[in-house]
Amino acid sequence: MSEHHHIAGVDAPLPLVAHGETYGSITENITATVIEKKTPKGVKITLTVTTVLLIVFIVAVWKLFSTGVGIWGNNNPVGWAFDITNFVWWIGIGHAGTLISAVLLLLHQHWRNAINRFAEAMTLFAVACAGMFPILHLGRPWLAYWLGPYPNTMSMWPNFRSPLVWDLFAISTYLTVSFMFWFVGLIPDLASMRDRAKKKWQKVIYGILAMGWRGSAHHWHRYELAYLLLGGLATPLVVSVHSVVSFDFAASVIPGWHATIFPPYFVAGAIYSGFAMVLSLVIPVRKMYHMEAYITDRHLDYMAKVMLATGLIVLYGYMTELFFAYYSGSEYEGFMMWNRITGPYWWSYAALILCNGVIPQFLWFKKVRSSTLILFLISIVVNVGMWLERFVIIVTSLHRDFLPASWGMFHPTVWDWATYAGTLGLFGCLMFLFLRVMPMISMFEIKHLLPWKGRRIGTSADAE
Amino acid sequence: MDEKQPLDIATIRQRLSGSNGQQYWRSLEQVAETEEFREFLHREFPREASVWEDGVSRRSFMKIMGASLSLAGLSACVKAPDEKIIPYVKQPEIMVPGRPLSFATAFTLGGYATGILATSNMGRPTKIEGNPDHPYSLGSTDAITQASLLTLYDPDRSQVVLNKGSISTWGKFLDAIQLPLEIQRSLKGSGLRILTETITSPTLGAQLKALLEMFPQAKWHQYEPVNLDEVREGSMMAFGENVQTHYHFDMADVVLSLDADFLGTGAAHVRHSRDFASRRRVEGRSALMNRLYVAESTPSITGGMADHRMRAKASHVESIARAVAAGLGIAGINAPSITDKQAKWVSAVVRDLQKHKGASIVVAGDGQPAVVHAIVHAINHALENNGETVTYTDSPEVSSVNQSESLQSLVKDMQSGSVDMLIMLGNNPVYDAPADLKFEEALSKVKLNVRLGLYEDETSAKCTWHIPESHYLEAWSDARAFDGTTTIMQPLIAPLYNTKSAHELLDELTGKSGRKGYEVITEYWKNQKLSLPFDEFWRTTLNNGVVADTVLPTKSVALQAATDAWKPSTTSDQGMELILRPDPNVWDGRFANNGWLQELPKPTTKLTWDNAAHISPATAEKLGVHNEDVVELKCDGSMVEAPVWISPGHPDDSMTLHLGYGRTHAGRVGSGVGVNAYLLRSSGSGCARQGLEVRKTGKQYTLACTQDHFSMEGREIVRQSTVETFLADPTFAQKLEHNPTPDQSLYPQHEYDGYAWGMTIDLNSCTGCSACVVACQSENNIPIVGKEQVHRGREMQWIRIDRYFEGSLDEPEMHTQPVTCMHCENAPCEVVCPVAATTHDSEGLNVMTYNRCVGTRYCANNCPYKVRRFNFLQFSDVETETYKMMRNPDVTVRNRGVMEKCTYCVQRISHARIDAKTEGRSIRDGEVTTACQSACPSQAITFGDINDEKSKVAKLKSDPRNYGLLAELNTKPRTSYLAKLKNPNPEIEHLEVG
Amino acid sequence: MAQIFHPSFKVISRASIIVVAIVLALVGYAAAEMYRSGYMTNQDIPREQPVPFSHEHHYNGLGIQCGYCHTSVEKSSFAGIPPTHTCMTCHSQIWTNAGMLQPVRTSYQTGKSLEWVRVHDLPDFAYFNHSIHVSKGMACQVCHGDVNVMPLVWRTKSLQMRWCLECHRAPENFIRPKEEIYNFAYTPPDDQIAFGLKLVKEYDVKTKQLSDCSICHR
Repeated sequence: MSEHHHIAGVDAPLPLVAHGETYGSITENITATVIEKKTPKGVKITLTVTTVLLIVFIVAVWKLFSTGVGIWGNNNPVGWAFDITNFVWWIGIGHAGTLISAVLLLLHQHWRNAINRFAEAMTLFAVACAGMFPILHLGRPWLAYWLGPYPNTMSMWPNFRSPLVWDLFAISTYLTVSFMFWFVGLIPDLASMRDRAKKKWQKVIYGILAMGWRGSAHHWHRYELAYLLLGGLATPLVVSVHSVVSFDFAASVIPGWHATIFPPYFVAGAIYSGFAMVLSLVIPVRKMYHMEAYITDRHLDYMAKVMLATGLIVLYGYMTELFFAYYSGSEYEGFMMWNRITGPYWWSYAALILCNGVIPQFLWFKKVRSSTLILFLISIVVNVGMWLERFVIIVTSLHRDFLPASWGMFHPTVWDWATYAGTLGLFGCLMFLFLRVMPMISMFEIKHLLPWKGRRIGTSADAE
Repeated sequence: MDEKQPLDIATIRQRLSGSNGQQYWRSLEQVAETEEFREFLHREFPREASVWEDGVSRRSFMKIMGASLSLAGLSACVKAPDEKIIPYVKQPEIMVPGRPLSFATAFTLGGYATGILATSNMGRPTKIEGNPDHPYSLGSTDAITQASLLTLYDPDRSQVVLNKGSISTWGKFLDAIQLPLEIQRSLKGSGLRILTETITSPTLGAQLKALLEMFPQAKWHQYEPVNLDEVREGSMMAFGENVQTHYHFDMADVVLSLDADFLGTGAAHVRHSRDFASRRRVEGRSALMNRLYVAESTPSITGGMADHRMRAKASHVESIARAVAAGLGIAGINAPSITDKQAKWVSAVVRDLQKHKGASIVVAGDGQPAVVHAIVHAINHALENNGETVTYTDSPEVSSVNQSESLQSLVKDMQSGSVDMLIMLGNNPVYDAPADLKFEEALSKVKLNVRLGLYEDETSAKCTWHIPESHYLEAWSDARAFDGTTTIMQPLIAPLYNTKSAHELLDELTGKSGRKGYEVITEYWKNQKLSLPFDEFWRTTLNNGVVADTVLPTKSVALQAATDAWKPSTTSDQGMELILRPDPNVWDGRFANNGWLQELPKPTTKLTWDNAAHISPATAEKLGVHNEDVVELKCDGSMVEAPVWISPGHPDDSMTLHLGYGRTHAGRVGSGVGVNAYLLRSSGSGCARQGLEVRKTGKQYTLACTQDHFSMEGREIVRQSTVETFLADPTFAQKLEHNPTPDQSLYPQHEYDGYAWGMTIDLNSCTGCSACVVACQSENNIPIVGKEQVHRGREMQWIRIDRYFEGSLDEPEMHTQPVTCMHCENAPCEVVCPVAATTHDSEGLNVMTYNRCVGTRYCANNCPYKVRRFNFLQFSDVETETYKMMRNPDVTVRNRGVMEKCTYCVQRISHARIDAKTEGRSIRDGEVTTACQSACPSQAITFGDINDEKSKVAKLKSDPRNYGLLAELNTKPRTSYLAKLKNPNPEIEHLEVG
Repeated sequence: MAQIFHPSFKVISRASIIVVAIVLALVGYAAAEMYRSGYMTNQDIPREQPVPFSHEHHYNGLGIQCGYCHTSVEKSSFAGIPPTHTCMTCHSQIWTNAGMLQPVRTSYQTGKSLEWVRVHDLPDFAYFNHSIHVSKGMACQVCHGDVNVMPLVWRTKSLQMRWCLECHRAPENFIRPKEEIYNFAYTPPDDQIAFGLKLVKEYDVKTKQLSDCSICHR
């Protein structure tokens, strides 16, 4: 690859699909990973690990429902801790998908075609994990449905002034639209899967899911239109969802929460963590499934750049918080910031700055971006950093607010950790099962990325 | 975070001295911000896993199961079970189903009565209020009185007669004692001994008299570990007779307390608080504000109220007393050698006292040696206070004896084997007798010993017979208050178990068999000279709760000249001093199994569920120990291990250890909690012992303290000033913070056309005694959570009494501030609740609808005062039958997963509103009192309708001292505070600065 | 390539989408109806009692007033269920050996209370007070229905919160003159709303306050 640089230089960037790939070969390779090829060893191992974690999750939730939120370390004053930290973290991760699919689609960023399917799936599962926490963190989870407006015998409405109710709508909308987008995107490929499938039952299942797609011009026309519309629908959601989530904090009076910078800064952070998570998944996966041909180093390079950009916005957010603390002239704000930096949780703030602020700066260097291993490590670091960001915002703001007499400390319990690890397991499980049964790369879309030559061969290949 | 660096007191001092102006701090670790501090907060981590495993363990038994309730919510989808209505067969005349009744009776501690009105719901006592007609209640109560209700329903109470530990019956017991009694009759009772607690009950007195007539050679002993021996001996020294001294703080301009916690402990502290507060309450009349000097050892709430507090070893208080006496030129008392600073302090105090002859009080602590009391009597005479602010009467006790000696002589007889039959009414000497008496061993030498007690405790375990005793709310009796006021105690409920009262037991011994307590009491009173026909007397007395004209007449006393006994005692001052005091909550240990008291943060230390070795920062430095280090305490021979707690303001080279802990047979709540200080107690020595050896053990022990931080971080939370500055600038408190313009709000403002409830808390009279906390707990069915949960920061009390320190580390000033729901008009909690479970009502209350709450905890997070409490686990015990009887039927019992908080006692408001409406009038001012308000001994809390400008609360709200906590957040709190004022003596102030 | 699906599948698949939607809606509706049904609320279901006491007979037949047995209805939150003694004031004279009254006599002799089944049972977190309702012109009939014609008592109302609020949000629809509260024959005037509003004002009923949570929940 490296000599490629010297020859091509700036004019001819790395290809988005490896040379020698054709319509035929693409369909062949991608469907084969699902239908013919054996599940790679790496995938098997990952699945086993994640399944174990999933079991941990089930146990933790059982314990939670049977004993109460008290099994966690939450207390007074720290009413929210890991629960909401995880919630915000997962929601954030759930942002990359829609961004990549919708926003980049509207911006005609064709390189997205290789990773959008993958990212959308990730979004779906991340949001699913996130969506559980608002229910899990309740004292009486079995009454969660009271948050929704429905005709009831109490003739009561939920309190529409509460950001938590806004959350409910934001998340459910986002989940629905993301699902639609993902599924519609799948249809043409499901059809190819159906046609490629060997066994009858495979044919039937893919067949049903393909909804009778035959690839007629008529179909394609409707399809393109629908897809574009959904893209248009989904784009504002990218901004709205995390803005709404940030209102949970911004709308409160607590120093460290009550800040107008939150919506933009949360959205940026979300995209930041989203791309980080895509990288942390895509890098190993393309290796396991030998997809280097379609998810090329150029893709990784682009994603790294997006990460760097959003990372800088997030860093700006941190700076603004510091500035607020100083400029607001409020002793509470000032103390809050001072306590974050020097208080008992100083380590979390320090680690946060290191993970989100300092380390990602290495991405300025092309060498770093083009080394998959380092890129992978950095993406992991950013994921950790973004989790810490939420922990810092939630816990260090709550544990010392206005009246020193009410100050306290939060210490996570084994169940806090179990619940968190559990959702990782759930997420991983879903992700890798998806890879196992669905085409992980949008075949028809990367075909657009093929150089002209390939396309001609392709057409003839399709014609027969 | 692993390596532990010792707490460097030097740095702390330096830091504190470095900063200028009023500055507050909360805990040493916090000032030091050491690694150790974080480590200390981390220490609970290992025990995290125990949240549920120890679900039924000792201190967390209250949160059993939860799993069983996990699906409780699903009952929403399940048909509700049928409920039964069980009407009376014959309904009592006075009873209106569904309406509470209240009965006047009395609670006794150390023999002395406090008049109470006990509320009864359908025959179940559910709440205790003070009796306004009783001179030692005046409608107020203290924490212990409030909590005594829980003891009635304690499932661990003794329920059956035990014979050598195996279940028996009252009948069998009576048969068993017949023969021994016969023998004693023949021996004139020479082998019979009765051991009781302090007795003021006239009836019991008469019964004992009758018994002693029947058995002339029998002996009656009295013993309580916390007694008034020194006070008694002091009065013998001063006046040659035992008199009761009464202090009238409402008439005193200057008060000097010599190690006397007259606001916190003692038979009269509720009355004292009331009188004292009447001279702290300013309301513009600042001239009336008194001045309090305190020279004390263990920091107490009285010291916290002082205008000038000087710490001194308990054994040095005597010299201070002498210095004062000498300063006043009292014959026969020479000035002792005291430090320069002390001398200056004392001379300033003396001058102030002399300026207020006849309008001052000098009072000595019950624990101080007799001679101090004698000197104090002399001082009060010299100041012409006797007959003015200090009066004397006979003792209301049936027979006042030196209890330590009384117990010693009993033990001697027991050892010598001359005791065949020992009857113990109530006490628990096996646990609380001084260790050196070896009471347990002596007890084993007695053939037949009978014990009447509430619990099967340490003593019962060693007795031949244990008789379950009736709780005072279950039995007829009578008792006298500090000034002799007599109350006939009536039961509110038939004994829950087959229990007996002391009267019934004694009655059997005197051969009158099978009589009920009622008959015994009525018989006694029938035989008295009564101003009214008996039936009328009986009715009025029970109704009023006091027997008319039983107050002891004041008597004039003649001060005796100082004798040799007045000479300084030559106590060796080597090594450390150990101060043993009754615990502010569990007293001498009798309330060890009372969860409300165990979990009540102690007024000055905020510790719960334990006692600790309290030492001064300097001493800690010297010993190289810090909080929660376990030290070994040796006092000639006897030895215990106790965790250290550093108490700023404690004298150096001195240590306080509270009595009442380390029980082995207290019950599920109290057994094995804390360390037993009685092991270090020796008969004779007063509250202070010399020659204590302290050794580090290197062990650690976790203490559950409800507040880690004792500094205000320079925030305007407790606002205080001096009388002078107040007069110059009355509204100083409001100027300390930026107040937003009232109508700044995103949402439309509420209209309050009807009532608008509000509260003021006067920081100038609040002592921090914590009576309100327990009163609230009792009124509102608030659960206890156990030590682990408290340590995790999940205590449930709706009132949090914040304690802040100010000034130097060694001699800080203490401030207390009760904080509860402020009922904000712009309540941050209301907007964020997704299900509208917490809302604003049209009278301005911030109401919490438990059954609507789903438990997001968002409201608690968004509450700037952090006064909301969350049921993280199933804290309410919904299984124990007796607790069900105890609960206030007007308040929902909260289950797991529900948020709760102060409601301004909305149930009381509703009742008042409904009554008013049905009678077609509006609620009168003072008709609604909140539980905290009615309990408060110093009347610091005022509640009422702020829309009615004639109401007391409205007047206070317009007081210049009135300010809202965190008002700059524009929460518009309905509860506001009246700023604290001090009345310092310029001489001393300047001396402290210098 | 062979067809996987029969052409008819096209219709089926399309239909299935609609069907699923309808089924879900129906299930939801059924659940809601179930929760509101008499099966859950005991509405309109006469309850067996230890003694088959007939309000119809005692009120209509004998003209005994409500207050005779339900003594505390004007004084207390609880209207009061008569003690056995009240029954025996008459039944020691008449029907002295009627079989159906045996439980009453037994209770009288043994001093053991009768155990009646509570027909109007509110959840423990709802605090209802009879005295205030009757003193503000809320008749027994409004909540308890025509008890006067009930041989055995049943709930005529669901007692669900929305039902309470029907009146708490608009008392003028149900309020009547105080002196009519025990009258089961009362017929509201045609201009009930206007009349009601007049009474609401006269009785100083603060309608705004009636929907405060704290009015019923503590």
